[in-house]
Amino acid sequence: MHANSQYRGLRSRKLRAEFSIVDSVLALRKLPAFGDIVKVLVPVKRVVDYNVKVRVKADNSGVDIANVKMSMNPFCEIAVEEAVRLKEKGSATEIVAVSAGVTQCQETLRNAMAIGADRGILIETDAELQPLAVAKLLKAIVDKEQPQLVILGKQAIDDDSNQTGQMLAALLNWGQATFASKVEIEGGAAKVTCEVDGGLETVSIKLPAIITTDLRLNEPRYATLPNIMKAKKKQLDIVKPADLGVDVTPRLATLKVEEPPKRKGGVKVADVAALIDKLKNEAKVI
Amino acid sequence: MANLVIAEHDHGSLKAATLNVISAAVEIGGDVHVLIAGHNAKAAADAAAQVAGVSKVLLADGAAHAHRLPENAAAQIVAIASGYSHILAPATPYGKAVAPRVAALLDKAQISDIIKVVDADTFVRPIYAGNAYATVKSSDSVKVITVRGTAFGAAAKTGGFSSVETLAAVGDTALSSFVSAEIVKSERPELTAAKIVVSGGRGLGSGDKYREVLTPLADKLGAAMGASRAAVDAGYVPNDYQVGQTGKIVAPDLYVAIGVSGAIQHLAGMKDSKVIVAINKDPDAPIFSVADYGLVADLFEAVPELAAKL
Repeated sequence: MHANSQYRGLRSRKLRAEFSIVDSVLALRKLPAFGDIVKVLVPVKRVVDYNVKVRVKADNSGVDIANVKMSMNPFCEIAVEEAVRLKEKGSATEIVAVSAGVTQCQETLRNAMAIGADRGILIETDAELQPLAVAKLLKAIVDKEQPQLVILGKQAIDDDSNQTGQMLAALLNWGQATFASKVEIEGGAAKVTCEVDGGLETVSIKLPAIITTDLRLNEPRYATLPNIMKAKKKQLDIVKPADLGVDVTPRLATLKVEEPPKRKGGVKVADVAALIDKLKNEAKVI
Repeated sequence: MANLVIAEHDHGSLKAATLNVISAAVEIGGDVHVLIAGHNAKAAADAAAQVAGVSKVLLADGAAHAHRLPENAAAQIVAIASGYSHILAPATPYGKAVAPRVAALLDKAQISDIIKVVDADTFVRPIYAGNAYATVKSSDSVKVITVRGTAFGAAAKTGGFSSVETLAAVGDTALSSFVSAEIVKSERPELTAAKIVVSGGRGLGSGDKYREVLTPLADKLGAAMGASRAAVDAGYVPNDYQVGQTGKIVAPDLYVAIGVSGAIQHLAGMKDSKVIVAINKDPDAPIFSVADYGLVADLFEAVPELAAKL
């Protein structure tokens, strides 16, 4: 894309078309003049939609997700979008989306492909998957696919664990940049601005590497209807955890799931004076 | 049983969150060792040695820890991990970057963001933005844990007299390097440790209005300043102001939500505050359902009046 823009306005439309073909061929050959071009793996998780307020089951065994709207985890969506933007900038060659879980995760992968991932891999299982097991499954996929970059959401909004990316980085002995708000690929490294306490910190991680996304990295595009149709035809491979030689047995047992304590309903006060009175004399917090 | 607490520090002093993690470790029981992985960080180690409940401080001082890179920190922790039943870090960006890396290197699960210690193997943690609390039991021989600071009291900064033991610092893994930082220095208390938080939402309309309306009130109350995700996304304030599921979790004595609608994701970050005040012109805003005191009013009039009358 960026190489193409160099020629814009310099040549006739016909010539430009020819040059863009040349550019694509050069891009595929990874010529250094075009900067670093990486293959990107983007793991995506199917979760309860962020607008749904989940209910705890009456027997305290978990939350009730039957007949609840499921969507791609918002942070994973940001990860897919970032990979697509890297590809549009000419920094990425191929984007492979991966998901682990039940058959319906195919929908999540189709969604990722509608945003712009080139193909998908589902690690299909009905078993409960905890972050360490997911990281091991992803490592097996990385070993096979050999991407130079894996971009993941920083956390899934169901279990709120915030672990998988860092665990995958550890298992691969790769560098990690967590909570990214800006990503640039240059000189065999990724320069990543990370959200930390008190502000921002920029680190350079040697490729191959792991990046986890924060909210402000980008705003994911809406998948267009033609792209949704195109995504249906893209390649989607299915493997099983056993094919990858990974033991996914959970390490944590969930003993019970409960409603958090409810806050007592408060009162409305008439005006500022009444508010100050309540804070001083009733709540005694000022 | 022995606990290893991964301290968050700036080499010269301990970050407040470390004190809450020490409290959680004390609740689990057994010795509490604190690791300071830093560079020229003797002052931080000496501070840790005085914290009540700490039995030993381990100081790994070396250039590899100058920028607290998670790859180097994890290597350091793994090098000394044997002998510990629990490894605990604060659930802050630093702790969240390091702890899962440690857990995976040890082939252990990590238990994120615990809010309660049930017993040495069993912990309570929020899931689904705090809409449910899960009690989880670990079958691993080593428990790697991140601790939600607001759920545990801060250990006393003084009263302890533990020794500081120096460790060989690991070499640089060279997987990553520090480039630059833009850290905003503020005279205000730290958001997650403040007794009072004044927080603004999209109702403020702009960054200028956020500062113009909220600063006098925050100054009067000696409060930290926070914001909803909507206000951060709109660019009113930097990202580290964000209170919520994916931002900071706060539980001050008083939380004043101004022009904040009260999305579930925001409530997840502040509903454990002792007293919540909401000022919003929309009487149906969800924030009122968790507020102890709600004032339905135009914030541009009510907030200056409140600041003036305090």
